[in-house]
Amino acid sequence: MTANILEASGITKRFDGFAALTNVDFVLSKGERVGLIGPNGSGKSTLVNCLTGILAPDEGSISFDAYEITKTPAWLRAKRGLARTYQIPRPFRGMSVRENVEVPLRFAVGHTSARTITEAALVILEQVGLVAKAELSPKGLTQVELRKLELGRALAAQPKVLIADEVMAGLSESEVDEILELLNRLNAEGISIMLIEHIMRAVMLFSQRIIVIVAGCKIADGLPNDVMKQDEVERAYLGE
Amino acid sequence: MLIFATMIFGAHINEYYYLATYTILQFVVLGTAWNILGGYGGYVNFGTAGFFAIGCYTTIVLNKIFPMPLFFEMLVAAVTAGLVGLGTGYLTLRLRGVFFSIATLALAIVLQTLIVNWSFVGGARGVYVIRPAISGMFISYVQFLVVLMIGLATFSVFVAWTVEKSWIGIGLAAIRDDEAAAETSGVPSLRLKLIATTMSGAIMGMAGAPFPFYVTYVDPATAFGLAIAVNSIAMPLVGGTAAWWGPVVGAILLGSAQQILTVTISSAANLFIVGILLVVFLTVAPRGVVGIARSLKQRRR
Repeated sequence: MTANILEASGITKRFDGFAALTNVDFVLSKGERVGLIGPNGSGKSTLVNCLTGILAPDEGSISFDAYEITKTPAWLRAKRGLARTYQIPRPFRGMSVRENVEVPLRFAVGHTSARTITEAALVILEQVGLVAKAELSPKGLTQVELRKLELGRALAAQPKVLIADEVMAGLSESEVDEILELLNRLNAEGISIMLIEHIMRAVMLFSQRIIVIVAGCKIADGLPNDVMKQDEVERAYLGE
Repeated sequence: MLIFATMIFGAHINEYYYLATYTILQFVVLGTAWNILGGYGGYVNFGTAGFFAIGCYTTIVLNKIFPMPLFFEMLVAAVTAGLVGLGTGYLTLRLRGVFFSIATLALAIVLQTLIVNWSFVGGARGVYVIRPAISGMFISYVQFLVVLMIGLATFSVFVAWTVEKSWIGIGLAAIRDDEAAAETSGVPSLRLKLIATTMSGAIMGMAGAPFPFYVTYVDPATAFGLAIAVNSIAMPLVGGTAAWWGPVVGAILLGSAQQILTVTISSAANLFIVGILLVVFLTVAPRGVVGIARSLKQRRR
């Protein structure tokens, strides 16, 4: 069965009259890798916020893993396996890097033994390349490391769906490849991934399907090469 | 100095010391209770006096209609103040930061207005409370109250310690740092905050329950006093909000300073010194005594 693990239909979100999203439909199949692109301010992060429960859409419905979740609180969506990173890193500044990763292990996954949690946290920090900084405060991390921490914290929730919001911004080419390799490995383990990225090389390499959002409307949805050939996409996204 | 020493080591201890100890212990309880929500969760409650007064007036009402041992009155006060905490939490915890704080301040004012207009408990005039006879174990009723307060202070510190070390404390710390990121990590923030407001409110109510017997005359201006709200915030901040022992140290420090000043200079200097100490600590050591101790410990490593 190739069911849709995450499905949104007719999502509309307005901020004081400004339509951030207009009637957006969105589907992510089980095990799929989807790229979401669009110019700055086009509504990508708003869509992510609606999907993950940080914002409530004005219209439309969302279902996840066969559950209707339009009104489900964010923490319960995370617990059921919908994880995300934040475009602007939002670490828990009063905790160490390891403790940051331990929060989802304790709450989203539901581990109770302190030792299990610490061990699992170190495994995840190893995966994202932060194990050497485990006991440091996030205040001492670079922007790039903070993005890795975001990714680590999302992975710690043991998600079925991972929404990676610009985790590669500012990374060097080899670091981008590293993250791509990690995302591909996670995908091979069965996690469906939505990648929001400005680095086109990464998006094209990674995505099986690309969705383009411009000014709050979905203007394209299809195979990467087909989508990039569309005049509309080229005009709106890559310039005249 | 000589007089001071005689007073302490004199044949019988001056009752004043019991009264002073009671006040300090009361603030250990209030500061600790405030810290569960304010320190761990980052939600600043300006309405401590409201919860404290609920405790006071629970005792007054019970004493009038259905007298029972003070211990049970404290339990009823805990339930009442805890429920009010839960209710306020439910109504106000969707507000963030300063808006939540203002809402708690408004709660205290609403409660005060209700009490002022409720003649059964004395209204604005206040009410006299007669201390019951004491059982043989204690020399005086005040001594009994001090022992009771030692028990309550120990209990509340134990509760705070348990919360701090448990999943509740970890979740609250995540909420304090970043509520949206906490939610995304699976932390049920509303539920945790409601647990915190309920516990915090209940303990504040328990702190207020014995107060009528301590002062024997209660009016709304005392029960809802500014000193209560200010001290319950200042003491954890001075002591440090990050650990259970911060509010304890803060209460002992500020509480003793106030007592000494009241005796030596004047009772009006009371809040003045709290203000000065608060400003000094917030600028020089914003994480309080706990912060100072932790950075010293780190430097030694």
